[in-house]
Amino acid sequence: MHIELQKRPVPSRLFAVLSPFIALGLTLVAGAILFMALGKNPFDALYSFFIEPLTEIWSLHELTIKAAPLILIAVGLSVCYRSNNWNIGAEGQFIMGGIAGSLVPILMPGFQTWLTLPLMLLLGMAGGAAWGAIPAYLKTRFNTNEILTSLMLVYTAQLFLDWLARGVLRDPNGNNFPGSVRFPAAAELPEIMPSAGGAHYGIVLAIIAAFIAWFMLRYTLNGFEVRVLGANPRAGRFAGFSQKRMTFFAFLLSGGLAGLAGIAEVSGAIGQLRETISPGYGFTAIIVAFLGRLNPLGAIAAGFMLALTYLGGEAAQMTLGVSDKVGRVFQGLLLFFVLGCDTLIHYHVRLVWRKATAAAGGQA
Amino acid sequence: MDITQNILLTIMTAATPLLIAAIGELVVERSGVLNLGVEGMMVIGAVCGFAATALSGSPWIGMLAAVAAGAVFSLAFGVLTLSLAANQVATGLSLTLLGLGLSGMIGESFVGSAGVKLGSLHIPVLTDIPLIGRLVFGQDPIFYISLILTGGVAWFLFRTRAGLTLRAVGDNHASAHALGINVLKIRYLAVMFGGACAGLAGAHLSLVYTPQWVENMTAGRGWIALALVVFASWRPWRVLGGAYLFGAVSIGQLHAQALGFGIPSQFLSALPYVATIVVLVIISRDRRLTLMNTPASLGRPFVPDR
Repeated sequence: MHIELQKRPVPSRLFAVLSPFIALGLTLVAGAILFMALGKNPFDALYSFFIEPLTEIWSLHELTIKAAPLILIAVGLSVCYRSNNWNIGAEGQFIMGGIAGSLVPILMPGFQTWLTLPLMLLLGMAGGAAWGAIPAYLKTRFNTNEILTSLMLVYTAQLFLDWLARGVLRDPNGNNFPGSVRFPAAAELPEIMPSAGGAHYGIVLAIIAAFIAWFMLRYTLNGFEVRVLGANPRAGRFAGFSQKRMTFFAFLLSGGLAGLAGIAEVSGAIGQLRETISPGYGFTAIIVAFLGRLNPLGAIAAGFMLALTYLGGEAAQMTLGVSDKVGRVFQGLLLFFVLGCDTLIHYHVRLVWRKATAAAGGQA
Repeated sequence: MDITQNILLTIMTAATPLLIAAIGELVVERSGVLNLGVEGMMVIGAVCGFAATALSGSPWIGMLAAVAAGAVFSLAFGVLTLSLAANQVATGLSLTLLGLGLSGMIGESFVGSAGVKLGSLHIPVLTDIPLIGRLVFGQDPIFYISLILTGGVAWFLFRTRAGLTLRAVGDNHASAHALGINVLKIRYLAVMFGGACAGLAGAHLSLVYTPQWVENMTAGRGWIALALVVFASWRPWRVLGGAYLFGAVSIGQLHAQALGFGIPSQFLSALPYVATIVVLVIISRDRRLTLMNTPASLGRPFVPDR
């Protein structure tokens, strides 16, 4: 048996809408099988993984806290991947943004005005963008593969943060624990509804960013450039669009948004600079971008979906006693199915049995 | 004098997983497929090798399990990118993410348990020769396999008809298809070979290098292996040189950490990653040379017409 593909004359609109949902369905089926293999009732397990976290107000706040960085990063990555630039180092740009923004409250603890927070957010964006500019520069100047360089910079950023949080930026009164001083109130991203839960304004930033990026892609010349250069670089060159400029634009935008997510996480959710500030948001956001079909608005829904896998993992550990790594497995499976289902958009997919192939001329 | 031998031994041990994973990926890329999932397949190999060893008591069975696990896991990538023509970059990434998640789950009950080390070769008299005895006759079995693999792949790719076919598929899949070559079948085989190699490389980590299971124990080695393939311009013997160079860098930084020098340990730990970037920049600077060496169909999906 094998699979035969036949190119559709035009991409299927139906499957363009349906494919993420088919992928979600397949992930649930695979998840049910996984839970059965672990000796759990699959329905109870899926309920506590995907539904239970949505039934309480505080966990909805948790969901929002986790969705904010995922959406912010994924919006940038969507634009970046559309332009055919492969930034997979968002995790590093997130960390560098967190560091750069944190410098304000750590180095200038006395500076506490209404300007503190905007300055931090700006610095965070700048830090992430600067870190993203490195692979862009190396790609445009030296023709170096951006996938590998941006990824290597993740490890570098993680080690740099570790050094800062244990060394120069450590709280001198912190009993030798790693981590900076706790930020003053003026340096904290405020909570939306402090009485109900901890969700901070990061999610608002994320949704605004998603709408701006969507508008840019759809209605501006710059967005047109992204789409043309991504879909057909040759056509883009004939139109006089600069591929090098686009690479810089894509990396500065995705790096800047990842950096903004980083400082929003540090100042909104954590409240100090620690030796680790991300449970892999930069990598999970890649899944978010693809699940949202590289559409910034799609990233909003996809971001909440993936945030749920973080919470579901924790919930499954507490109520079912299965490993919280299940969440990571779900994330990986989801991306797999999303990519597989995208084939339905561009091709007719047929299962062909051996015998039928032999009759058709022994074609593979 | 024995110190020199010891240092060389540790360098070779550190280089072996990089070498094996990179040789596997080299064959995959020569067939025109870019599999960025090396890190994921490697970590799956590491955990399956460790688990099978713990369950069976034999590290040899562990090693075979790792090879099989890597090959089976790579099939998931094969089905998506070859049969379903999915984006290779994204699928490779998802293989890595899935591998890291799955390995964490499989390995959770093995964290902290003592491993069994795959024993080193010991031939009386020969292994005891001063200076070179242990380098030549006293290493772990996977080290010898890595050398055989390198030589074997070099011979296969450039001295056999099947190797020529594989390179033809990687350089121009449409022409190869027109000549009646089954492009997808060759690519499937290449992808599985790459998976098996990555699995073996993972087994080296959890059965030889540090015989235990630690989550994410590959620590980016799969990605460095990918960089090595580019660095070596897709030539097997250059991969060997590159792997030993990286082994030397990572062992060198460990020694530097032990000696102190007043440099923060994190900066030294970052050295292999920074070195990777520097080396990639140097090697890819000449655009013409890169174009000449890169398999021309690398990363481009192929859908056979009828």
